[in-house]
Amino acid sequence: MDALALSRLQFAFTVGFHILWPTLTIGTAWFVTLLSFLWWRTGKTVYRDLMRFWMRLFALVFGMGVVTGIVLSYQIGTNWAGFSRSVANVLGPLLAYETMTAFFLEAGFIGIMLFGESRVSKGTHFFACLMVAGGALISTTWIIAANSWMQTPAGAVADAGGIFHVVDWWQVIFTASFPYRLAHMVCASFLTCAFMIAGVSAFHLWRGQHVAASRTAFSMALWLALVLAPLQIFIGDLHGRNTLVEQPTKLAAMEGLWDTTRGPAMTVIAWPDMAAQKNLYALEIPHLASLYLTHSWDGEVEGLKAVPPADQPNVPIVFFAFRIMAGIGMLLLVTALTGLVLRTRGRLYDTRWFQYLAMATTPLGLVAVLAGWTVTEAGRQPWIIYGVLRTADAVAPVTAGAVTTSLLIFFAVYNLLLLAFVWFAGRVAFKGPTETSPEVAERPGMERASVGLFTNSPTLPSPVPGAGQAKA
Amino acid sequence: MTELMQADHVPLLFAAAALFCVTVYVLADGLDLGVGILFLAAPRDQDRDVMMASIEPVWDGNETWLVMGGTLLFAAFPAGYYVLLPAFYLPIMFMLFALIFRGVAFGFRLQATRFRPVWDAAFFAGSLLATFCQGLILGGLIEGVPVENGMFAGSAFSFLSVLGVLCGIGLVGGYALIGAGWLIWKAEGPTQVFGREIARAALILTAAMMLLVSLWSAWSVPEVAARWFALPNLFWLAPVPLITVAVIAGIWWAIWNGREAQTFVLSLVLFALGLFGLVVSLWPYVVPRQVTVWDGLSDPRSLAFLGVGVMVIIPVVLAYQAHAYWIFRGKVQHEGGHGGYG
Ligand code: HDD
Ligand code: HEM
Ligand code: HEM
Repeated sequence: MDALALSRLQFAFTVGFHILWPTLTIGTAWFVTLLSFLWWRTGKTVYRDLMRFWMRLFALVFGMGVVTGIVLSYQIGTNWAGFSRSVANVLGPLLAYETMTAFFLEAGFIGIMLFGESRVSKGTHFFACLMVAGGALISTTWIIAANSWMQTPAGAVADAGGIFHVVDWWQVIFTASFPYRLAHMVCASFLTCAFMIAGVSAFHLWRGQHVAASRTAFSMALWLALVLAPLQIFIGDLHGRNTLVEQPTKLAAMEGLWDTTRGPAMTVIAWPDMAAQKNLYALEIPHLASLYLTHSWDGEVEGLKAVPPADQPNVPIVFFAFRIMAGIGMLLLVTALTGLVLRTRGRLYDTRWFQYLAMATTPLGLVAVLAGWTVTEAGRQPWIIYGVLRTADAVAPVTAGAVTTSLLIFFAVYNLLLLAFVWFAGRVAFKGPTETSPEVAERPGMERASVGLFTNSPTLPSPVPGAGQAKA
Repeated sequence: MTELMQADHVPLLFAAAALFCVTVYVLADGLDLGVGILFLAAPRDQDRDVMMASIEPVWDGNETWLVMGGTLLFAAFPAGYYVLLPAFYLPIMFMLFALIFRGVAFGFRLQATRFRPVWDAAFFAGSLLATFCQGLILGGLIEGVPVENGMFAGSAFSFLSVLGVLCGIGLVGGYALIGAGWLIWKAEGPTQVFGREIARAALILTAAMMLLVSLWSAWSVPEVAARWFALPNLFWLAPVPLITVAVIAGIWWAIWNGREAQTFVLSLVLFALGLFGLVVSLWPYVVPRQVTVWDGLSDPRSLAFLGVGVMVIIPVVLAYQAHAYWIFRGKVQHEGGHGGYG
């Protein structure tokens, strides 16, 4: 493979690995913030115990997000020099703003959130949580703005040398696909976390441990899921219709539609054959795609053949990734609705099979997120900036040998990390929230380091900062 | 605003901002990388608990300055980003791998019981390797990188140089010195004594490497020698080495005296002097002796947008970062083998 193919592989692998952690941090940060608020306002210890428990998991997830994110911000230069030369005027300020308004905010308050509970008042702790959770959302906004500009570029013109110059910052940030992508991504994070929380709580209910806390969390998570699952499908539909207008070739690949058609059928499943430019073994439902794409019986939808095969993305990848994502979306909706039915019958907390179902859905959100990003990014090919800059022209002058080395190490290191994460986070999750007396309360993410931090009893409203210290 | 960004002093302002970010990064992350470098040298497990607990709440903020430096370069001096990053591909990648290991070690080490020594080693090795790679990049920067048609035109190993290795060792010594100073300040008892003992060794290493690096680059890079030894520069610059020697002597004396923050503060000053020397050697280039800050600047429109953020947001960031240090001020408490701020 050449440096281009290797760089693509490396970028896809590292960004795909990174996205898992922000997806989890965005949701859990807000959940912890909510719990911190409830603990502050109601003083019920069940909220405190849940907050500490989810904070322990959050600490691990956040760490993974930070270290894998730093890799990305440098990789854009090391591997995509042609790209960064051409878009520095546009994306440089966006990413710099992301650092200034989001990463610093998170980093500045994460210490207080995780380790400062005994040093600040409950209200201040809630504020720190709010800053971290807000930072995560701000970060998402900037990075999605950057990505959406690459999908549907506007507000900047390229000169003869291929360098982009901004004419209108407003248009650069608020591109045609930005609102849909942002809403869909944020909703995806919350949805993923809702099922994560439901799954972990279901596990404890199934084991019959931490019953009070787990019931509270299980119920909260399923209420959330009930709102978010249909919302996500609704936003997804809007997103798809935006793609139909802005990137018709990508949409055609998602639908597996080769010829421009009036009133196209929905292809439930098929094997898209790129060489023959047609579907094999297709199972179709007439006119359905026309209904959800154009909201009419006989709307016209552009097919893949509208562009030469060289300008088509890899159709099977986009086609199947889309089905995985949408399928999971439906599955999550069914799960949430089942929860509602059980709740109305008063059997939400003791239905065994539903606990298994909830546990099974735990990782599905993440799978859907990866599948969704694959649709977005692979569907944009062969362009790195849609319709303007080809991926092949974006690569850096690095040798294939150097990229092979780094790719292999990334592969080894990230798998190792994932293993360690699953091991440690799994242990924390299985152990569950501890209904502690204040004296033995644990530091989030730190089992052995339990005494030092919480010796000034965290239930006291506000220990004087610095009290009990030898020297200041 | 956009018109304002076409004035002559604009490159200077953004160069100053970039330099500021690099300085803050080196000083702030230097302290926690330094603690990591000393990690395995500490005699007892309890020392390691204290060492880690002392930097736990602040390391993420420190490292964010690395991201800030990178993105600011991308936004304000793109050439520095897309020429230099491919030029230093391997040391950057290895620095990132190293930062990954030391970053996750914070969370995982305290979860681990049986495998704790593994995470201790990961934290140490990650800190050491990341620092050494930064040194390699620094040395390579002084030597210069091959450029053709505005793009990097060397091989995967053209970053390698004697100077880079010397800088790498020097940086390891220097960060260790800052880390030791931090421990003297923030720890008590045996951990503080450990900080004092190791600070001497770190200081000797740092001073020796500073001397070697200065001599070697003056000898092997003619442009650098010309910059320092030409008249009238010589007169203006002569105090720099003299002050440096005075600061080194001050640290030597401060290590065992009563004022506990002094070693730390003076080692930061020592680093600032080193960076100043570097700027003297390389000014006004973004890509050494190829692209100046004037040629390498982005569009006025982009700078105007960016400039507002840098001027308004960075001061706020500095304020709440300082606030976070303040919340965790005082000695790290250490009770029954458990670290943490009391
Ligand atoms: C929990 C995760 C999740 C779930 C259940 C869904 N999606 Fe999704 N989808 C994402 C998570 C996601 C994502 C990872 O967040 C993407 C990638 C980029 C983006 O903004 O969202 C995405 C992209 C994405 C795109 C790509 C648009 C483009 O880039 O041009 C479309 C058309 C849809 N989604 C549509 C749907 C539909 C119709 C769904 C339900 C039936 C659905 N998504 C469920
Ligand atoms: C600002 C945000 C992003 C930027 C600048 C960006 C940029 C890029 C670049 C440079 C490539 C390489 C070109 C290629 O391989 O085709 C790429 C491909 C890819 N990216 Fe993104 N990306 C962003 C967000 C994401 C996210 C969050 C994901 C999440 C998983 C993602 C997933 C992928 C995948 C799967 C590919 C491979 C596509 C293929 O090779 O066909 N991207 N993107
Ligand atoms: C090419 C694409 C991307 C780059 C260059 C990038 C860069 C980074 C960096 C450098 C960090 C670490 C910040 C720190 O030091 O604290 C980070 C964390 C984060 N990123 Fe990404 N990122 C990318 C894609 C994404 C996407 C697509 C999202 C969200 C949808 C996202 C959301 C976040 C969030 C919320 C954090 C902070 C929380 C955490 O650390 O887990 N990033 N990213």
